[in-house]
Amino acid sequence: MSCGNSCNSNTSSRRGFLTSMAASAAGATAGLTLAPGITLFSPAQAKARGKGEAASSKVRWGMLVDANKCDDGCTACVDACADENGWQGEGNPATDAQWIRKVKVTDPGTGKSQSLPMMCQHCEEPPCVDVCPTGASMKRADGIVLVDKHSCIGCRYCMMACPYQARSFVHEPVSGQRTRAPRGKGTVESCTFCVHRVDEGQQPACVEACGGTKRGALTFGDLNDPESEISKKIATYPTQAIRSDLGLKPGVRYMGLDT
Amino acid sequence: MALRTIISVLVATFVFVAISSFAEAAGRVTIPEPAKGKGDQCVADTSFMRKNHPSLLNHQRDDTLRKGIRGNEFSLKECVACHAVEGKDAKPVTYENPEHFCRTCHTYVAVKLDCFECHASTPDKKRQANELPKKHPPTNALSSWRDLSAQTCEGG
Repeated sequence: MSCGNSCNSNTSSRRGFLTSMAASAAGATAGLTLAPGITLFSPAQAKARGKGEAASSKVRWGMLVDANKCDDGCTACVDACADENGWQGEGNPATDAQWIRKVKVTDPGTGKSQSLPMMCQHCEEPPCVDVCPTGASMKRADGIVLVDKHSCIGCRYCMMACPYQARSFVHEPVSGQRTRAPRGKGTVESCTFCVHRVDEGQQPACVEACGGTKRGALTFGDLNDPESEISKKIATYPTQAIRSDLGLKPGVRYMGLDT
Repeated sequence: MALRTIISVLVATFVFVAISSFAEAAGRVTIPEPAKGKGDQCVADTSFMRKNHPSLLNHQRDDTLRKGIRGNEFSLKECVACHAVEGKDAKPVTYENPEHFCRTCHTYVAVKLDCFECHASTPDKKRQANELPKKHPPTNALSSWRDLSAQTCEGG
């Protein structure tokens, strides 16, 4: 469906028209049909999948982090993630779970510092999945990389393989878990893109919290949809994947980085 | 021969009665009476659920986690929500408590389950406020655990 450089306003509007036609013909679960072929969507509604519907590879979830809007002292995303998924620390910083963390990077040449969140990058070619001996580390059809804790044996190969150090091992018994985010001793865990929220058509907790601070440094959406906000930003501004040299094609991209 | 058979039967009956009364006197483990769910009826017949709930849960967990299929009926979350047992503090008890719905039977049959090492064994707070999760159509239910002894096992 890519139209490369030949896109103009006419083809764009035609695409939009065809999209709404297809959506109304398929009986979209969310959206108000104003007239035949004209359907009113809100972005959040359009993403929610119907009951019993599997995740589709037509969607590729991704996140864009704008480092220019991310403040050094702000941990709203980390706090929101910890609360949403119930991974507050046990008082052992060396081994505590860390689904998302704030990283401060400084250019030694200029001394300029930047702060940015680091979490599972939801790679298209995830090395954690390659090395997992039980198949517990897995990538869902829509690109979300997860740990199936039912088959995780806690070997931690995936933690070694991840170049982003995005995964944690649960060392101690856990109680009081969130129903939406099961987690327990002896298994590896990491950012899930708040898969329980995404499946309901919501944004991940970190994105919502960052928006709540008026910074809006995080954008979440479908990278396969050229009309999504994240796709438009990526197509407009220079962005980069961290350690792009590894060819992992992460779903998380950063903009505003100096190097 | 006939007399010997009669004697054998009498002896066997006597031994059985003696053992039974001995077991009663020694205080047998009481047959569990798990708490009833909040809805009118479970997602399937009680006898069916009793036998098949592990495979139903195992199957659906793979569908949910690996394929991203949400909202199907054999959900551990729904079991926990519907069968929550309130403790003395009027809050749902966790699996640590012997009164917990799952634990009543699993202790009796000595089958260890590790679901609640990761999963929450009490309902979501939001769900607690809403009370009844959803109503299921009534089917031919068995009224209690004891009725199982009157049933023949289905399948293998």
